[in-house]
Amino acid sequence: MAAVVFESKSMLVSLYAPPQITRGFWPVLLRNLLVWRKLAVSSVIGNVAEPLITLVAFGYGLGSLLGHVHGMPYIQYLASGSIAVSCALSATFEALYSTYSRMQVQRTWESIMNTPITLDDILFAEMLWAAVKSIITVLAILLVIFALDISRAPSMWLSLPVLCVVGLAFASIALVFNALAQGYEFFTYYFTLVMTPMTFLSGVYFPIEQMPGWLQGVAQLLPLTAAVKLVRPLVTGQTPTEVGGPMLVLVLYALAGYCLALILTRRRFFG
Amino acid sequence: MSESILRLSRLHKKFGASVVVDDLSLDLQAGECLGVIGPNGAGKTTTIRMCLGLLAPDSGTIEAFSMPLPAHLGAVKRRMGVVSQFDTLDPDFTCAENLAVYGRYFGLSKATIRERIPELLEFSALQSKAAARPGELSGGMRRRLSLGRALINDPDLLLLDEPTTGLDPQARHVMWERLQRLLQGGKAILLTTHFMDEAERLCDRLLVIDHGRKIAEGPPRGLIEQHLESDVVEVYGEGASEAAVKCKAYADRTEVRGETVFFYASRPQPLLHALEAEPRLKVLHRPANLEDLFLKLTGRQIRED
Repeated sequence: MAAVVFESKSMLVSLYAPPQITRGFWPVLLRNLLVWRKLAVSSVIGNVAEPLITLVAFGYGLGSLLGHVHGMPYIQYLASGSIAVSCALSATFEALYSTYSRMQVQRTWESIMNTPITLDDILFAEMLWAAVKSIITVLAILLVIFALDISRAPSMWLSLPVLCVVGLAFASIALVFNALAQGYEFFTYYFTLVMTPMTFLSGVYFPIEQMPGWLQGVAQLLPLTAAVKLVRPLVTGQTPTEVGGPMLVLVLYALAGYCLALILTRRRFFG
Repeated sequence: MSESILRLSRLHKKFGASVVVDDLSLDLQAGECLGVIGPNGAGKTTTIRMCLGLLAPDSGTIEAFSMPLPAHLGAVKRRMGVVSQFDTLDPDFTCAENLAVYGRYFGLSKATIRERIPELLEFSALQSKAAARPGELSGGMRRRLSLGRALINDPDLLLLDEPTTGLDPQARHVMWERLQRLLQGGKAILLTTHFMDEAERLCDRLLVIDHGRKIAEGPPRGLIEQHLESDVVEVYGEGASEAAVKCKAYADRTEVRGETVFFYASRPQPLLHALEAEPRLKVLHRPANLEDLFLKLTGRQIRED
């Protein structure tokens, strides 16, 4: 059986050279998957418990007070936004804490770079893996939403491919901060100053129209807002009003995030 | 004519204002163990990092298997095995899984990996630990696993950065024995170390470096014979410095380091006889070694910073 060949021209590329991604990313992705499999149950519970508890508490609790929001029961409104948030948070967490552990603490990347696999491939694999993690999380939540009859719309499963792009976008952005981190504490700032505000500004818990005009303007630029615009209609069985725009926003964040992360990560390793 | 496995030619590397590698050249042949020895900060790890393509030299060339680096880094790495100074094993995988996962990075087929794992576990004396994780292993076992892992692709060249640092004496001996086996099997090894006993035991040739610069090169015994008197008499205890003055004439060379006097003599008997007259002194007579070499060439001990 022929061995698979990973060829790399050079590791000492200029910092700004375009990404050189080969099939070398696959064994790295597989490695992460194999580790996850050992801890799968606790991992899924950990990722899913909090969003579900929040959903149930706020959804039914506030839902009984609020009635309908944007033409649907609040529990549906919240659940469909929650899916996007959970995807984003899950991808972000993986691309920060877990990636940093592999990169810096366990020195896994160093061991991989002693083989023919390059940093470009490793970073690509990490981005993909964070997105995969987020899809696993989101799938579990979708199943619960289905089981609790919060929504049974057939289009809810179509949200999965969209959520792949959401996961990739947030993973890429997080990898930028991973490249800059000198310790885990740095990530607390990211969650407190970036992710948490974003979850409140993106139309997850309440419609954006409730916010002052200038804040609505800010919200339109956020990747999570774009994600919610795409995912909410799909999960609740409505027709999305905006498709191309939000999708473009997510794709641009994913591309820009990956490119910037790559430059910064190259700089971190090769000085 | 053996193949030149690794050739470094006039490497230079500066970090800011400090020169870390200064005009370094070396040539490693198949079946040979070349040791790069020097104190911390001498440029050993920087040199290894340049060979791995993690750093670009400011000038000079690196060639492995007659292929220039960094252009052919991928092809070179396929034939190379690396053991870093600090363990980089996957803590979540068992020993066998660590080997399997690593084999995949080289694109090895499942069949090849399946075949090699038991051989490597046996080589690393970890057959009974196949299902154990690195966290359950001792330091020596982890280092052996790292060495086994570095062999998964059956490399022709091994780069070992301080392979026995941090290991207890028993574990070190086991590592040395394994490395000897690999050399007998025709592999080429480049290792860095600051242990003189390791350098003397394992290395066919040594490159002694200090401040990034080569200060001596040759076989260990040859270097000692070339630069040093054959015997060393260490004297310490009360009155050692007075003895130094009195017995100076009997030795070819005398050095005082801290509270110990080192007499270097090609004919130690008259000196030893003279020292018998001083029963309060502690006297240690031994052959000259690489620590003495380093001391002579640089005026410093290898473990002083």
